[in-house]
Amino acid sequence: MTSPVLLEIRDLRKGFPGVQALAGANFNVQRGEIHALMGENGAGKSTLIKVLTGVHSRDAGEVRFDGQSIEPRAPVQAEALGISTVFQEVNLIPHLSVAENITLGRQPRRFGFIDWRRVRESAQAAIARLGLSLDINRELCSYSVATQQMIAIARAINLDAKLLILDEPTSSLDEKEVDELFVVMNRLRSQGLGIVFVSHFLEQVYRICDRITVLRGGQTVGEYVTADLPRIDLIAKMLGKEPADIESMEAATAAAHHQDAITLEKGEHNPPVLQVNQYSRQGSIQPFDLSIRKGEVVGLAGLLGSGRTEIARLLFGLDSPSSGSLSVDGVHHSRWTPRRAIEAGIAFCPEDRKVDGVIAELSVRENIVLAMQANRSVVRTLPMKKQLALAQHYIDALQIKTPSTETAVGTLSGGNQQKVLLARWLVMSPKLIILDEPTRGIDVGAKAEIESLVASLRSEGMAVIFISSELDEVVRTCQRVTVLRDQQVVGELTGDDVQENRIMEMIASSHE
Amino acid sequence: MNFIPKKWIPLLTTATVFVLLFSAASWQYEGFASMYVVADLFSENAFLGITAIGMTLVILSGGIDLSVGSVIGFTSIFVATMITDRGMNPIAVWMMALLLGTSLGALMGALIQVYKLPAFLVTLGGLFFARGMAFFVKPEAVQIDHPIYDSLGDIAIPIGGGAELGVAPLIFLSVFVIVLVITHFTRFGRNLYAIGGNEESALLMGLPVARTKIFVYTANGFLSALAGITMTLYMDSGNPINATALELDAIAVVVIGGTLLTGGVGYVAGTMLGLLIYATIYQITFFASLRSSLATIAIGVLLLGFIVLQKLIHRK
Repeated sequence: MTSPVLLEIRDLRKGFPGVQALAGANFNVQRGEIHALMGENGAGKSTLIKVLTGVHSRDAGEVRFDGQSIEPRAPVQAEALGISTVFQEVNLIPHLSVAENITLGRQPRRFGFIDWRRVRESAQAAIARLGLSLDINRELCSYSVATQQMIAIARAINLDAKLLILDEPTSSLDEKEVDELFVVMNRLRSQGLGIVFVSHFLEQVYRICDRITVLRGGQTVGEYVTADLPRIDLIAKMLGKEPADIESMEAATAAAHHQDAITLEKGEHNPPVLQVNQYSRQGSIQPFDLSIRKGEVVGLAGLLGSGRTEIARLLFGLDSPSSGSLSVDGVHHSRWTPRRAIEAGIAFCPEDRKVDGVIAELSVRENIVLAMQANRSVVRTLPMKKQLALAQHYIDALQIKTPSTETAVGTLSGGNQQKVLLARWLVMSPKLIILDEPTRGIDVGAKAEIESLVASLRSEGMAVIFISSELDEVVRTCQRVTVLRDQQVVGELTGDDVQENRIMEMIASSHE
Repeated sequence: MNFIPKKWIPLLTTATVFVLLFSAASWQYEGFASMYVVADLFSENAFLGITAIGMTLVILSGGIDLSVGSVIGFTSIFVATMITDRGMNPIAVWMMALLLGTSLGALMGALIQVYKLPAFLVTLGGLFFARGMAFFVKPEAVQIDHPIYDSLGDIAIPIGGGAELGVAPLIFLSVFVIVLVITHFTRFGRNLYAIGGNEESALLMGLPVARTKIFVYTANGFLSALAGITMTLYMDSGNPINATALELDAIAVVVIGGTLLTGGVGYVAGTMLGLLIYATIYQITFFASLRSSLATIAIGVLLLGFIVLQKLIHRK
């Protein structure tokens, strides 16, 4: 008789230079259950999964799987033990057949040569186990992403997997496809497989999972039966807030907001800088309305993956909308591109500044004048004297800590890189600036500076869209907050209502 | 067109082009539709065929190898010099030549994989290195006159119609069959497709990516040296200038054969068809007493047509 406990992780620790990603995490999974692993960014979910699947080695702790202590050193070893992972991105080969994708690397052979008949049989069996019916001889890329995901699962469990880890499997699926995936998951659960479900979609977690483990700061907050854990409690646990904390902070911000509410009312006659109606993008954000006036800071709040960044990308023209209209200063725009957005006076500081923002090899000065330079032609370059003056102005104004204007941006700290990025846009004197997670990965002091900077931009009459995972920051900075859940705008809070617990309630409330 | 799998369209197009080309030439020129011409297609281009097959493997894996022409040139002069000037046994010389070609391939593969260097540049280095070595061995042509070469030259397999296949096309056809089996019936062969299709995914699927990539350059080094030996058998001589820029012909043959330069899609059989088209075009200019520059122009046009066609197929 096998014990019902399939996986038992005790006091797992893993540190990287400068950060303790896991600081004593516990995690248990039973056979025949779907177990959600929840936590915000940096909670340690992905590190835990990577240690479990042998991508990272661990510093301390014990992992018992199927009754024995294990320490896989590579994903292949973990797979051999019966732990398989399916990621959000479909990691298969698009131009090979479904059958081949399922069996690649472990094709049945006869006299050293691949036995294609048995390859097809084995693939067909794996597909049948999921209750799917599809043509295994067709190319993988002829199927939808959702089906490809199922094929990835078929491959994962083909090797007698006992534990299946699904890391954000639903992020690129629509509702109907999610339903199909859940049918497969239920089927596998009834076959006795243990399934770890990592997702930012609360709705889905509550629909499919038996139990929930919450991680925060590399530690396990607790393990709960899904039915016994109200959503609001789950969110509070993920964000690490106690009701008492929230109340005291609210007292401090209420007064400020009262003041804001007054200014806001005065601004009612002030026409919106940017207005969108029923704007949407299939698969990333449901239709929403949003308008923002001069001198207003609007926050976008919601858990990771709720659609915050997707809105920012739409507003800046990086993605094209599936429906809706957009106007800037009352002028309607149909083909909205970043180039037009910039011309209209909209600036965007993206979430991942390393990838999308500053150019690490260029100097502080070059980074600051980049956007302005791009607006001029190649021959009409900005005189060096002007460039230096501009760079120096913003270094002083934003208190960028850099040895000189000519220092490479890559050598500055995260907070200062963020300020350089901001300076680049401020040079253009935009009407509206979109800040996506401007305080991610920078220290507390720098965060406070960014916050006060936003306040001063606002007083100069600039409109700001402020996106952050940290609710206290959103509450301190914004007069108005648009709340998102599961790729949908679920409500808006204004003035005195901008409070952390109100935001959390809105995130937690179900569709009904 | 739904009943034809999309991935077969380039191959079927290549086959159609070949059939049309050959039929048109047969109708136009008396004596074109004969086994002599068929034997000629295989004989004259045996060394190109061998190296194009090796190139197919490299391109399928998502890489490129520019060194093959130089390695063929080096092998031809090395073999000729060792046999004629040094009086060594041809079989021993062949083994040495194969070992040298294989080692260079392995070295380039290791550099590409271990240091994550672009294959284009590493094999460009190989191109200069091997060509330089060829001229270092001997700066001019060397005749081969050896009993083993004489007896191999006597080999002739009748293929009907009075035509015969010599040793060079036989080596080429053997390589073709072996590699065809490898690509379709071994894990190594399938892994090539996977790596060329998406290297990141192949890694995450637990496939031996590093080993496979190094091995494909090693195998191509071996096949280039074998192509060089085949060339000496066909010409009974070696020359350091042999096969200059042949790597470009090989790439053209592979692409006309329907293999995507981005990797992961293509067939060794397609390369065979690509070679036959290439050979037929040159054969036509010979029959029609046209300048061979017209053949080169035709191949250029065909190549452009094929890459546009592939883009159209894969954009959908």
